[in-house]
Amino acid sequence: MTRYAAMFDRCARRGEGAFGAFLMLGDPDAGTSAAYLDALVAGGADMIELGVPFSDPVADGAVVQAAAVRALKAGVRTADCLALVAAFRTRHPDIPIGILTYANIVAARGIACFVQELAEAGADSLLVADVPGLEAEPYARAARADGIDLVMIAAAATPEPALRRIASLSSGYTYCVARDGVTGADRAPMLRHAPLFDALARLGAPPPVLGFGIGKPAHVREALEAGAAGVVCGSALVKLVEAGASPQALSSFVSELKDATRGRTQNLAFEAEKR
Amino acid sequence: MRLDGRFGRFGGVYVPEILVPALEQLEAAFLDAQEDEAFRNELEGLLATYAGRPTPLTLCRNLGGSARIYLKREDLLHGGAHKTNQVLAQALLAQRMGKTRLIAETGAGQHGVATAMAGALFGLETRIYMGADDVERQQLNVFRMELMGAEVVPVTSGGRTLKDAVNEALRDWTASYADTHYLLGTVAGPHPFPLMVREFQRVIGKEAREQILEIEGRLPDAVIACVGGGSNAIGIFSDFIGDDGVELIGVEAAGKGIDGNEHGATLQRGRMGILHGAETLLLQDEDGQVDDTWSISAGLDYPAVGPEHAHLQEIGRASYVGVEDREALDAFVALARSEGIIAAFESSHAVAHALRLAEERGDNPILLVSLSGRGDKDMASAQRLLAR
Repeated sequence: MTRYAAMFDRCARRGEGAFGAFLMLGDPDAGTSAAYLDALVAGGADMIELGVPFSDPVADGAVVQAAAVRALKAGVRTADCLALVAAFRTRHPDIPIGILTYANIVAARGIACFVQELAEAGADSLLVADVPGLEAEPYARAARADGIDLVMIAAAATPEPALRRIASLSSGYTYCVARDGVTGADRAPMLRHAPLFDALARLGAPPPVLGFGIGKPAHVREALEAGAAGVVCGSALVKLVEAGASPQALSSFVSELKDATRGRTQNLAFEAEKR
Repeated sequence: MRLDGRFGRFGGVYVPEILVPALEQLEAAFLDAQEDEAFRNELEGLLATYAGRPTPLTLCRNLGGSARIYLKREDLLHGGAHKTNQVLAQALLAQRMGKTRLIAETGAGQHGVATAMAGALFGLETRIYMGADDVERQQLNVFRMELMGAEVVPVTSGGRTLKDAVNEALRDWTASYADTHYLLGTVAGPHPFPLMVREFQRVIGKEAREQILEIEGRLPDAVIACVGGGSNAIGIFSDFIGDDGVELIGVEAAGKGIDGNEHGATLQRGRMGILHGAETLLLQDEDGQVDDTWSISAGLDYPAVGPEHAHLQEIGRASYVGVEDREALDAFVALARSEGIIAAFESSHAVAHALRLAEERGDNPILLVSLSGRGDKDMASAQRLLAR
């Protein structure tokens, strides 16, 4: 069983949704970044999403862009990011690690080589923000060869043929975006995406995890009620790093949001037992 | 998508999944419009009565020695550059798709000015993203855009130039595509932009080819155009691609020297990469971080290039050379002094290479140069640079 499958299973047994926490690798520098990553786990995150900084992040809003700028200014390179992941993996053997980056970072090393390095570092999945289903085939092939899950993005307006491509090419989870636009907690997310989740389930896509704008316990509860298997919180956490918050402050923020994933009906746990 | 959007191994659709439906809608609207006589008639009418097509072909009287240098005068087009050709076409498509708002990136400001014109003409709300450094060096164009009712947003991220303006426009579009058309200014970006913008700029070469055949009774020896993203070059090259005897030469900004790191010579110094939606040549470091570029001309200050140029270079149909800031400035002055024509800094790069060829080649060649834009916008910079 993959780490994602085991994690979703564990959450379902406990009647919880999965809580995913995102940070930019190397933000604000490699050493500080490692301490922040541990703080996410200490706060109770179920899955960790890590950005590899890119100079031109067109899918990101101002907060995550600034994180990439800080990391690059600190001299953080792709190899440093992979080393951070590998070290994190030795400290936390079971938590799923997802890598989020852009096509040119992958292309610079070659798709096969990049994916292999991810596998060696102990990562579980790869999401390439500017590779849509139309261009994803070579990425899916390379990922499969190295046991990496290729995660893809789905939105409320994504047409059915594209959802079908996502279902056939991706694994691990489906990154569902709560609204159009770029990452950021400055605009309210739309949280009720039952039609999208239903379509994904019908087409056999991996479990839906909702991101883009999730930063409050109420967001988490509403997204899970609408049928998401989990949520990802990014910009709200990155803002804490930007403000120079302590690792403990990140932990308590994570634990507050993680708490909001609990207390779903017992039925879920029961259904998981039956499976 | 109906087409694969590739030029050999270059091109493609590298955008967030969210934007794919918007590009599919645009591709469909473009392909349908190409078959629609009413659309073609409306565009031709606008190009003739609003933009001022056909533009003349001017033989240099004093420059070039034994070579005959012909200038295709896109500088005389309404708006002051070739950009107007395809902006009018895309604005018609935007209307056809029911969009009420235009966004665009701009480097030198010429594309922004053309988009602001179209916004005013068709009553579309218009926002232009422009690198903060470019806002600084192209003040006149900023004012022109604002005068025509566009909002100009200075972009302070990254290198504060054209690349960063494209990033910001793409970000806007992922949130606004339902009512907004991204009026991309060149043959770069995701499919269908490289194909669509080429088809709308093809008129430059189509006219020039007819004009030179009429005047000279034969085709030129070489066609020369500057290349930033590459739209005026593709526009003048396209109808000559099948003419094997005609050399196609793109001129990139060699800035302060092509062997340093302050230039925009993507085709000569770039490596394969992915930026702004397309797989193409790219100035970047080993990790794939995109370089900041430099050119005296804001319009050539771009680290990527249209994928079709990368393909034309790879198959050997076009060649690409560099012209430094200094040489471009000399050509800018020479054209003003000898011909009474003030060209844009961008176009001055193409003029510089034509003058170079005229000197080197002893076979009395006929050289066709795309004079893609006029130099009014560069007056403040020229004054400063020439005072030194």
